[in-house]
Amino acid sequence: MQAYIVRRLLALIPTLIFASIIVFATVRLIPGDVIDLMLSSNDIGADKKSRAQLEAALGLDQPVLTQYVRWMGALLTLGSLGNSLWQSTPVMEEILHRLPVTFELGLMALIVALIVGVPIGVYSAIRQDTMGDYIARSFAIIALALPGFWVGTLVMVFPSIWWGWSPEVKFMAFRENPVGHLVQLGIPALILGKAFSAVTMRLTRTMMLEVLRQDYIRTALAKGLAGRTVVMRHALRNALIPVVTLVGLQAPVLVGGAVIMEQIFVIPGMGQLLLEAVSQRDYPIITGVFLIVGVAVVVINLLVDLSYGLLDPKVRYR
Amino acid sequence: MVAIADAMVAALPRKRNGAVHFIVRLFREKPLGAFGFVVCVVFLFCGLFADVLAPYGYNQISPVNRLKPPSAKFWFGTDNLGRDMFSRILYGAQLSVIIGLSAAGLATVISVFIGVVSGYLGGKIDMVTQRFVDAWMCFPDLIILIVVVSVVGPGMGPVIVILGLLYGIGGSRIVRGAVLSVRENPYIHAAQSSGATTPRILWRHVLPNVMAPVIVLFTTRVGAVILAESGLAFLGLGVPPPAPTWGGMLSGSGRSFMYLAPWLALAPGLCITVVVYAINVFGDALRDLLDPRMRGSR
Repeated sequence: MQAYIVRRLLALIPTLIFASIIVFATVRLIPGDVIDLMLSSNDIGADKKSRAQLEAALGLDQPVLTQYVRWMGALLTLGSLGNSLWQSTPVMEEILHRLPVTFELGLMALIVALIVGVPIGVYSAIRQDTMGDYIARSFAIIALALPGFWVGTLVMVFPSIWWGWSPEVKFMAFRENPVGHLVQLGIPALILGKAFSAVTMRLTRTMMLEVLRQDYIRTALAKGLAGRTVVMRHALRNALIPVVTLVGLQAPVLVGGAVIMEQIFVIPGMGQLLLEAVSQRDYPIITGVFLIVGVAVVVINLLVDLSYGLLDPKVRYR
Repeated sequence: MVAIADAMVAALPRKRNGAVHFIVRLFREKPLGAFGFVVCVVFLFCGLFADVLAPYGYNQISPVNRLKPPSAKFWFGTDNLGRDMFSRILYGAQLSVIIGLSAAGLATVISVFIGVVSGYLGGKIDMVTQRFVDAWMCFPDLIILIVVVSVVGPGMGPVIVILGLLYGIGGSRIVRGAVLSVRENPYIHAAQSSGATTPRILWRHVLPNVMAPVIVLFTTRVGAVILAESGLAFLGLGVPPPAPTWGGMLSGSGRSFMYLAPWLALAPGLCITVVVYAINVFGDALRDLLDPRMRGSR
C-alpha cells in the first residue's frame, strides 16, 4: 500500500509540472495590460518612467522563463504564490482564506448528489422499464440540461416576487449563525448537486443492472436471502465502485459550477476571488487560484483511487 | 498490394440511402431520440433563418414599449430597452448555432488528430501527450475558460477557439481509446505489412473505423459547448453585448429588471434547457444506434 502511494505520488510529478506550465503560460504569454489598468485607475500619466518602474516593482520586466523559475522556486521553497498586484497581500493567504468556503459548497453539493442520485439509481434499476424508471430517467436528462445559473437566477427572482423573500446575500459565518450559514450555502449546493445527482443516478442504474445479472446475485436469492439484503449487501457494494470514480471525475465540474453559484449568491469563495482578480488582471491571484484548483483535483483523484481498497476487497495495491 | 487493400475497403457492401434508413430506424426504435432530433432541426432552422423569421431587429430599441409582458405583438414580451424578446431569442439561436457547431467541429478535429496520432503511434509520443492531457484535464473547464477569456478578451472568435481547444483536448481520450482497439485488428496489420505509409493507414483504415464514436462525440459536444458558452456569457465573458446571447440575456443590466418583468428570466433559460435536452437525448439515441459499446458511458 505504502509503495503504491509513493509510486502514485511520483507519477503525479510530470502531471503537476505540465499543469504549472499550462497555468503560467496561459496567463503570462499573452500580453496583458495590468500596468495600463493600474496606471489609468490611479490617474497616473502612463509616461515611460513610471511604467518601467511599476513593471520592475512587480517583476514583470523579467523574461517569462525567469519569472516562471522564480515563481516555482518561491512556491516550492516558501510555499508562496507571490503577492497580489493590487493589494500586495500574499496570494496564498487570500486563497487559504477563501478555500474552505468553496470546499464546503462543493462537499454539500456532493452529499446532495449522492443522497439523491444513488437511491433513485438503485430504484430505477430494480424497477427497470417500469413507469417509475422512465420518470426517473427523464428527470435525470432534464436535470443535466438545466443550466445551474438559470435555476440560480430563478431562485433569486421568483420567491422575491411571490413572497417577498430572497436568499441572504450578506455572508454569514458558521460560528455567528450556523442555521443561516447552512441555508445560505444549502441553496446553491442543491442547485450545484442537481446535475451531479443526475449523472450519479444514471451511472448507479447502469452498474446495478450489470451487477444484478451476476451469478452470485442469483445464488444469494436462491439461498433465500431477502430481496433488500441482496440489493444492499451484495449488489450495491459492487455497483458503487464506479460511482466513486465518478466523484473524482466530477470534481472539476463541481469547482467550475461553484464559481457561478458564488457569483449569483454572493458567497466569498475561490470563484469570487477568481472573478474579481480577472476583472483587475491580478495575475498572481489568477495563477494561484488556477494552480490550487488543479492540485486539489489531482489530490481528490488520488484519494478516490486509494478508497477502492476500502470498498472492494478484491483490489490490492502493489 | 495497397491498391488491392483499398479496393477491398471500397468494395465492402454499403447500405444505400444510409441517412434515410437511419432516420426511419431512429423514429421506430428511439422515439425520445427522434423528438430530440426534431427539436434540433427546428433549432437549426431558427438559427439559420433568424433574419427572416424575427419580426424585429435584435437591437431595435423602442422606448414606448419598455417591459411589456408577452402579448400577440411581442410573443415573449420586451426588455428594459423595449427590444422584442422573441426576436432576440431567435438571433440568440443563430449565435448558439454558429458557436455550437463551429466550436464542437473544431473540438472534434482536435480530438481526432490528438487521439489518432497518440493512440496509433503509441510509445513515447503517446506517453508525453497523455501526461499533457492529464494535466489539462485536472483544470475545471469553466476555470480555464474564465482565465483564458480574461487574458485574450471576449468575442465570438476567441470563445469558439477556446471552447474548441478545451473540449478537443479532453475528448481526445475517447478517440484514443477507440483507436487503441482498432489498431490491433488484422486489417491494420495487413495494411502495414503491404507497405502502406502511416498517414495512409490513419486516413484510409483507422479513421473510418473510429467514425461512430467521433460522430457521437461531436453531437454531445454541441450541447456541452452551448451550455458552456451560455455560462460564460452569463458571467459577462462571452460574446459582448448588444449581441443577444441566451446566457447574456440572463445577466447584466437585464438582471435588475427581472423583478419587474419576470418573463425576461424565463425565455432564454428555457431555450437553453430545451435545446441542450434535445441534443442530449438525440446524442444518446445516436450512440445506442451507432456504437453499442459506448452505451451507459457518458
